[in-house]
Amino acid sequence: MIYFAGILGLLNVSAFKHDIIQNVGVAVMGLSAIFAILIITYMKKWKWLFTEWLTSLDPKKIGLMYIFVAVLMLLKAGTDAGMMRLQQSISVGNNQGFLSSSHYQQIFSAHGTTMIFFAAMGLMFGLINIGVPLLIGARDVAFPFLNSVSFWLFVAGMILLNTSLAVGEFSGAGWLAYPPLSELQFSPSVGVDYWIWSLQIAGIGSLLSGINFIVTILKNRAKGMNLMKMPMFVWSVFGSMTLVVLAFPILTVTITLLYLDRFLGMHFFTAGGGGNPMMYVNLIWAWGHPEVYILILPAFGIFSEIVATFSKKRLFGYTSMVWAIWAIVLLSFTVWLHHFFTMGSGSDVNGFFGIMTMVIAIPTGVKIFNWIFTMYRGRINFSSPMIYFMGFILLFSIGGVAGVLLAVPPVDFQLNNSLFLVAHFHSMIVSGVLFGYFAGITYWFPKIFGFTLKDIIGKYAAYFWIIGFIFAFVPLYILGIMGATRRMNHYSNDLGFQPLFIVAGLGVGIIGLGLFMQVLQIFVSIIKRKQLQDKTGDPWNGRTLEWSIKSPAPEYNYAILPEVKYRDQFWEDKQIRYKMTKKQFKNFNVPKNSYLGLVIAFLAFCVGFAAIWHILLLFIFGIVGILIAIIYRSLDENTLKMITFDDLTQEDKLRLKGSN
Amino acid sequence: MKRIRIFIAILFPIIIIGVAYLYLKPLNIAVLNPKGEIALREKNLLLFASFLSLFVLVPVYALLITFAIKYNEKNTKAKYSPNFDRSRTIEALCWGIPAILIILLSIVTWQSSHELDPYKPITSNNPTLNVEVVAMDWKWLFIYPDYQIASVNNLTIPINTPVNLKITSDAPMNQIWIPQLAGQVMTMPGMITQLNLIGNTKGSYLGRSTNISGSGFAGMTFKTNVVSDQDFNSMIAMSRSSNKILNIASYQQLSKPSENVPISYYSYASADVFSYIYNKYMSSSNVNISSSMGN
Repeated sequence: MIYFAGILGLLNVSAFKHDIIQNVGVAVMGLSAIFAILIITYMKKWKWLFTEWLTSLDPKKIGLMYIFVAVLMLLKAGTDAGMMRLQQSISVGNNQGFLSSSHYQQIFSAHGTTMIFFAAMGLMFGLINIGVPLLIGARDVAFPFLNSVSFWLFVAGMILLNTSLAVGEFSGAGWLAYPPLSELQFSPSVGVDYWIWSLQIAGIGSLLSGINFIVTILKNRAKGMNLMKMPMFVWSVFGSMTLVVLAFPILTVTITLLYLDRFLGMHFFTAGGGGNPMMYVNLIWAWGHPEVYILILPAFGIFSEIVATFSKKRLFGYTSMVWAIWAIVLLSFTVWLHHFFTMGSGSDVNGFFGIMTMVIAIPTGVKIFNWIFTMYRGRINFSSPMIYFMGFILLFSIGGVAGVLLAVPPVDFQLNNSLFLVAHFHSMIVSGVLFGYFAGITYWFPKIFGFTLKDIIGKYAAYFWIIGFIFAFVPLYILGIMGATRRMNHYSNDLGFQPLFIVAGLGVGIIGLGLFMQVLQIFVSIIKRKQLQDKTGDPWNGRTLEWSIKSPAPEYNYAILPEVKYRDQFWEDKQIRYKMTKKQFKNFNVPKNSYLGLVIAFLAFCVGFAAIWHILLLFIFGIVGILIAIIYRSLDENTLKMITFDDLTQEDKLRLKGSN
Repeated sequence: MKRIRIFIAILFPIIIIGVAYLYLKPLNIAVLNPKGEIALREKNLLLFASFLSLFVLVPVYALLITFAIKYNEKNTKAKYSPNFDRSRTIEALCWGIPAILIILLSIVTWQSSHELDPYKPITSNNPTLNVEVVAMDWKWLFIYPDYQIASVNNLTIPINTPVNLKITSDAPMNQIWIPQLAGQVMTMPGMITQLNLIGNTKGSYLGRSTNISGSGFAGMTFKTNVVSDQDFNSMIAMSRSSNKILNIASYQQLSKPSENVPISYYSYASADVFSYIYNKYMSSSNVNISSSMGN
């Protein structure tokens, strides 16, 4: 066992040697990074980038940076998916395909890890950062600096994961790294350590965000907005962040124990020496199942806002919806064992967890019916967010039914770990989570940038996503029933799998077109931003507070904090031609920029990298550095800047004058 | 123009479903083509649960599409009630219908998870065949303790005879799956899990590992042959004529990682091999890594 070896630890030249495909990947990423740096330097934008973005504590900007990183990761992990399907389309019989089995295993591990932790979580935190303060009528989150630390830890985890492409290798043990495969005995390389530390760093960021948004929702709401007047998105974030706070410590501890096994030769989860791998499987799913609901609840919330807005109608069954969210929050901790009915826990245990899993389908079903009845007697405008919503209900329902089937233990015995399962959870996470976030991005885009996205391209993107999804995943449902298991890099010819894998690969291609359309949509919209300008600040005939201010929203969101009497306050205001009551403007504070979030994340990256490669000095440097940075920040009393009347935007000034 | 679009929207899926049907018809859809009682009951359960699910799926689709067409903003004649946000009846149905279905399905779940418990012995007039299964890097070892023979990547069982598999692992976790005979069970080092199955139709069925276990994972397949009693006896005779024997020493040779391993037979399997395999992960003295690696 090597605890610490020399100044560079385990790092040596062989860590930089890769096969041709990996080298291409490294080259593409490296060249794009160099290209981006050159462009920024050429345009002399470094200072602007640093002061306006990287050090900003404005949650809207942090949210946008989250989304930017998440979209990059979506493209990267989407490329992984394409490579997997390509391999499976050609690796039949005597043909071994273009990827070695160990490389293939790294790719699917990286695909899952990247998609969940850095694409889905990134989009989620991005939208929460943008949405929550605006929707509750607040100027900021409860702890703005902590928010920046969370974001930069997320980035540090992301960079660490991608470093594995160039330095060493990534884990091949799947996105949840079950031991004993992930133990040193079976995975002696640094791959699993990369997995552990990129999750550890990003996971701590998520936990801090969870705390931050719970406090924000509980403490920063506008006057008069009691809990039962909060927009449904805020409720869903409240539920989701509660799950983050309860579930992420389990992840942190579990992967710490796994690292202790690997680094210090302990035996928490090893095959021999009294270790218990099944304990790991239980623990990781005690986090992993709530994690799914962490991702889906905010998407549910976004759909709740969108369906009501685009149907020009109140959300149906508000109270039911709130109860459904909390039922899901509670129940999501009682179902983890359904991921491994095949472990042989006995029929009483399996029966219990099977039933609990089905029970969770009830509140989910209620939400679906409530959205549908929100459309009832509405005036539905089918802009692209509504197209995503339609696709969501159509595909998510099938995925949900597949989930209920899998909850019956004897059915799960047949379909567990098959491609049917893969198709099921992609139905939930693509058509549920991703479609929700795409709809949310389209919905709030004008509030952030001041112009709407070109809708027709967005519609095409949504259609490509929906059709691509059907082509990519319906074959997987069939393949699963035919006996195809997940994570196969090769199979024999006589099984008849190949054509279905090719169709699934075509589906990935269609989804790729959808992604292309989304990127195109952004470029076209930027070019045509004059025509698409959101002059009123209320492009969708919105219902909630954020549409009452101008677009793009100023740094401080609300010059004068709003007061709330109704659930859909802005909608009601518009109905009665509500007149601004006389309000006196008061100076207020917003947080100053801080570069320390960036510094802490850099140091956390050093800690992770040092822990992976057993580099003692770097490890100490990182830990001590983080402590110093925290102390330094804590002693800094000059963290706020004052916004006075003169700092307000023209529009806010006019409105204030009108009301005086 | 609109008619043509609707026509295409209907025709296109029909063509795709037709092509898919014609392609899939001659193929072996393993889970839907069971060859033993356990797999048959699991398939029936799958179909029954799918049928029940239609009671939610159909209303959801019907309501969604109806409302989407009827309340499209272009249809200005439709009723518009912007403040309609609650209805006792509708909400009772929203909670009630899924709840009733889930209660029904829960009863089925509870009963079936007891009836189809993989540990539950299968009742039959024929005596049960015992097989000890070891998932290895990256192959399957089947030991027949009743006959003191063994084979690699080949499981041969007599027809209409209950089979009890005692399963362990000398490798990372794997999961055994013979979809046409029974569902999956995990294989874990230092643990014994069980799977009871029966083959009611003669034939050769594919088995595989379904849990990622390292580089040779995809090649971890084996043949399961359901044969007549006569053929089973001749398999035993053939195995006994093999020049290989399985004892702890030869097992240690076999346990070295290897991929895409061809079928082989052992004329004699020492009775202590299976207990040796799982005990080596159980013993408390085995705390250093090198000695628990099996070499």
